[in-house]
Amino acid sequence: MSLTRAERTIIVSMWSKISTQADLIGTETLERLFSCYPQAKTYFPHFDLHTGSAQLRAHGSRVVAAVGDAVKSIDNVTSALSKLSELHAYVLRVDPVNFKFLSHCLLVTLASHFPADFTADVHAAWDKFLSIVSGVLTEKYR
Amino acid sequence: MVHFTGEEKAAITDLWGKMNMEEAGGEALGRLLVFYPWTQRFFDSFGNLSSASAIMGNPKVKAHGKKVLTSFGEAMKNSDNLKGAFAKLSELHCDKLHGDPENFRLLGDVIVIVLATHSGREFTPDMQAAWQKLVSGVATALAHKYH
Repeated sequence: MSLTRAERTIIVSMWSKISTQADLIGTETLERLFSCYPQAKTYFPHFDLHTGSAQLRAHGSRVVAAVGDAVKSIDNVTSALSKLSELHAYVLRVDPVNFKFLSHCLLVTLASHFPADFTADVHAAWDKFLSIVSGVLTEKYR
Repeated sequence: MVHFTGEEKAAITDLWGKMNMEEAGGEALGRLLVFYPWTQRFFDSFGNLSSASAIMGNPKVKAHGKKVLTSFGEAMKNSDNLKGAFAKLSELHCDKLHGDPENFRLLGDVIVIVLATHSGREFTPDMQAAWQKLVSGVATALAHKYH
């Protein structure tokens, strides 16, 4: 699975909107994840996951920043996320299904914040892109 | 078995009531068929699915999307027994339509995203959580009679 030129343009363009509210989007994505898929909380026993928690905000920022890194290196996501890929494979070992949940929650957050911009084309491109990112993060699992 | 709180039922029904069934339902089904082309295998009788614009404009897609989304609202009237409510439809989807239940989950998630697009900030995490419960419950209910 690879991105067409049109898809890359869409992704980069949408990112410029996201980056203006990156932290907010990251935090909300995680809130949605933990509300809708409580099993994801099992990876964060050491966190205060209540709305407004500083840890949630910090981690949300981190997640969205990583997505941003992937966007900036959209021609080589594998290389850009190589360290994160190792971290998830050998240290965090988050079950792959959770990447689907997180990706879905990010899409919902984007749709909710940018309804007019979240057309079918944008939805499709971001769905594919996050699928690629998830693939890179689970690449070294076995 | 899925259990909805009073607030969840009210929130779901309230949002559903504001949606245009054909517009939102048609859009969700259309996006499923466009983004995940393998799902088109179940819709040979729908006519022209040859391009994204053909799919999104296809009247049979819109009609079926409307039917699907309408059934979600109807389901809320029997939210404590979704399996019972969808038993006949489950048999139909298995025996006649041969639909892979994985596609029900895929469609459920696309419906959630389309609802978010239509309701913007009203689609809070709690609202999403209630709808995820519903789409997951419906998908499971539809798969229940498979054999």
